[in-house]
Amino acid sequence: MNAPQTLFDKLWSSHEIVQRDGESLLWVDRHYVHEGSFHGFSRLAEKGASVAEPGLTFGVADHYVPTRDRNKPIPNPEIARMVSQLDKNTADQNITLFGLKDRRQGIVHVIGPELGLTLPGLLIVCGDSHTSTHGAFGAFAFGIGASEVAHVLMTQTLWQKKPMRMRITVDGALAEGLGAKDIALAVIAKIGADGASSHAIEFAGSAIRALSMEGRMTLCNMAIEAGGRCGIVAPDATAFNYLKGREFAPKGDALDKAMRDWIELKSDAGAMFDREVSIDAATVAPFVTWGTSPEDALPIDGRVPDPAREQNLERAKYIRGAIDYMGLSPGEKLTDIAIDRVFIGSCTNARIEDLRAAAAILANRISKVPGLVSPGSSSVKRQAEEEGLDRLFREAGLEWADSGCSMCVGINGDLVASGERCASTTNRNFRGRQGVGARTHIMSPAMVAAAAVSGHLADMRPLMRKA
Amino acid sequence: MEKFIRMTAIACPLPAENIDTDQILPARYLKLPRKGEHGKVLFHDLRFDAPGHEKADFALNKSPWREAKIIAGGRNFGGGSSREAAVYALYDFGIRCVIAPSFGDIFSQNATKNGLLTALVTDAEGGALTDALAREPTLPVTVDLDQQIVVCGDLRIQFTIDPARRIRLLNGWDDIDLTETFRGEINAFKAANLKQRPWIVPTQAT
Repeated sequence: MNAPQTLFDKLWSSHEIVQRDGESLLWVDRHYVHEGSFHGFSRLAEKGASVAEPGLTFGVADHYVPTRDRNKPIPNPEIARMVSQLDKNTADQNITLFGLKDRRQGIVHVIGPELGLTLPGLLIVCGDSHTSTHGAFGAFAFGIGASEVAHVLMTQTLWQKKPMRMRITVDGALAEGLGAKDIALAVIAKIGADGASSHAIEFAGSAIRALSMEGRMTLCNMAIEAGGRCGIVAPDATAFNYLKGREFAPKGDALDKAMRDWIELKSDAGAMFDREVSIDAATVAPFVTWGTSPEDALPIDGRVPDPAREQNLERAKYIRGAIDYMGLSPGEKLTDIAIDRVFIGSCTNARIEDLRAAAAILANRISKVPGLVSPGSSSVKRQAEEEGLDRLFREAGLEWADSGCSMCVGINGDLVASGERCASTTNRNFRGRQGVGARTHIMSPAMVAAAAVSGHLADMRPLMRKA
Repeated sequence: MEKFIRMTAIACPLPAENIDTDQILPARYLKLPRKGEHGKVLFHDLRFDAPGHEKADFALNKSPWREAKIIAGGRNFGGGSSREAAVYALYDFGIRCVIAPSFGDIFSQNATKNGLLTALVTDAEGGALTDALAREPTLPVTVDLDQQIVVCGDLRIQFTIDPARRIRLLNGWDDIDLTETFRGEINAFKAANLKQRPWIVPTQAT
C-alpha cells in the first residue's frame, strides 16, 4: 500500500532524475524564453554550448515589445536591440519563436496555455517569476533566474530542493462579480507576501473548482506574490476542455494516453500537507491595495492603516514609509483615493474574461482618467475585437493597444509618471514598479473599470448591471 | 564561482520589510550586460535622487556602511521578480552575504549560484542584529558558513541554510559541471520519460 500523495508529490517524483545533498535533479518539459533571458544565452555562448532540447524550448517577445505603432521600427535603439537579440538567439539555436510580428505573439503566461504548450503534469520553467501561472493546469511551473536559465538551456534539467506542501482551501460561493484576483489578494493579505515562502501551494475547494481557467491562471499567477514556489490546481474537465484542439496540445492516441495520466493528477484522500489555510469564499470582498506590497490589501470599504495604532514598531515604520510613498493619509477611506490613470493588462488579468469584466462596467460610461488597455495576447486582442469590446474601451476614452507586458513593468516605455496614481490589474504595487515614483493600486479588472468611471477607487458592485 | 567560507566585515542594517528585487535593481537596468558594473545601480532609486545625487539618509550612503560586505535585512528580502541582476548588483557592490528573517525563494536560489550567501535567522535574531548595528555601526560581523554562525559583539546567531546550498557555496561549485557528471542518468530518464509520457512532446497541428 502506497502512502497517499499530494498532487505536488506526484508532479515532483515524476520529474526526479537523481538526488544529491538534499536536492533533486529535475527534468524540464517546457522552457519558455523571452527578451530578458539574454544572460542565459550569453552564458551558453561563453561555454560554446548549444541548447540541449530546442524542441522543448519556446521563445516569446513580450517584455520589451511596443504596444503601439508595431508597423514602424521600434524608436528606442536599446529596446529594439532587446527584441532583435531574442530573434537572433532563438534563430541560432533552432528554437520556435513567437516574435513581434507573429499572430500568436502575446505575454508568455497567456500564450503558453493558449497554444496548448502548457499541459497538466508538465514541469515548466521560465526566467520570470509569474511562471507560477501555468500551475492552473496542474503543471509544476516556477520562475527561475539567469543562471538556472543557462542550466536548463544546456541540460534541460534543474537542481531543486523539494519545497514543503501547503494547501489553501477556498470553499463556498463568491459574491457576484468577485473573482480570482479578489481571492488572491485576500489570501496574500491573510498570510503575507512571504507567507508561502519555501512552499508549493495547491489551491483547492469548491470556490476554486468553480473558477474558469482564466480565473485559475490569475490565482496561480499571484501565488508568487504570496512567496510560493508555485501554485497548482488539480486539472479537471474545465482544464481538459480548455486544452482540447489547441495548436500544440496532444491529439488522437497521444491525447487518450495523456488523459489517462492527467486524471491521476490530484491529491489522494488523506494526503498530508505541511500547512493548511482555509478561506470562506463568502467572506471575500473586492480587494484593493493601499501600500507597496501585495500584502497591503484591504476590502474596498476599508481605510488606510494608521501607523500610530500599530503595536509592532518595525511594521509601523513600514506602514509610515508605504503611505508616505503612496501619498496617502492614515485613516483615509479607500474610496476617497483619487486616481490619475488606469491600466488593464499583464499576465495576471488581461485574458478575454478579464477584458469582458472590465468592459461590462465601462459600457456606455466615460472614464474620468486616461488609461491603457493591453490585451494578454494578440489572439485575445482579435477575440475582443470580434466581440466589440475594443469599441467599449475606446468609447469610454481608454486607449486600445497591442499585447505585451507593457505598463506592468514599464520596460517597453509604457510608464506611469512620477507621483501619478494608477489603478492597475497587474500583480505588483512595488515602489517604482510602473515607473520611478509611480503609485500603483492593484485590483481586479472590474474594480479598475469602476475606478476609471468614478475617478477614485470604488466598489464595482453598485456599477454592475443586471444581465 | 567564488567560494564562501568565512568572512568578517562591516554590515549594513536595512531592516525595512519587503525590499523587493525591483528596489534592489530597478527594471530599467535589466538591459545591462554582465560586466561587473551592476553595483553602480544597486538600490538605485533608494540610493540616488532624481538628478542622480546620493540620498544622505540611505544607510549604504553613510560611513562606515558604504564599505559594507554584509547586509542585515528585514522580512521578505528579495521578494518579487526573478531578476538575477538584483544579485549581480549586490555582488558587484561588494556584498557577499545577506542575513534576514525571510527571503524571496528565487532570489535566494539566484544568490547561491553567484557566491552570495543568504543566511536565514528568526525575526527576533534579525531584529537584535539590526538594532546592534544601528547602535554601533562599526561593530564587525563575522559570518562563518562552515559553522553556520553569525557573530556580532555579544550576539551569536545560528543561521539556517539548505545543506545543498551550503556545500555549493563552501566549494564554489559550478552547477553545470556537476550536472554533466549525471549525463548517463539524464539520458536514461529522458528515454524512459518519452516512453511513459509520449504526450509531453509538443506536436503542432497540421
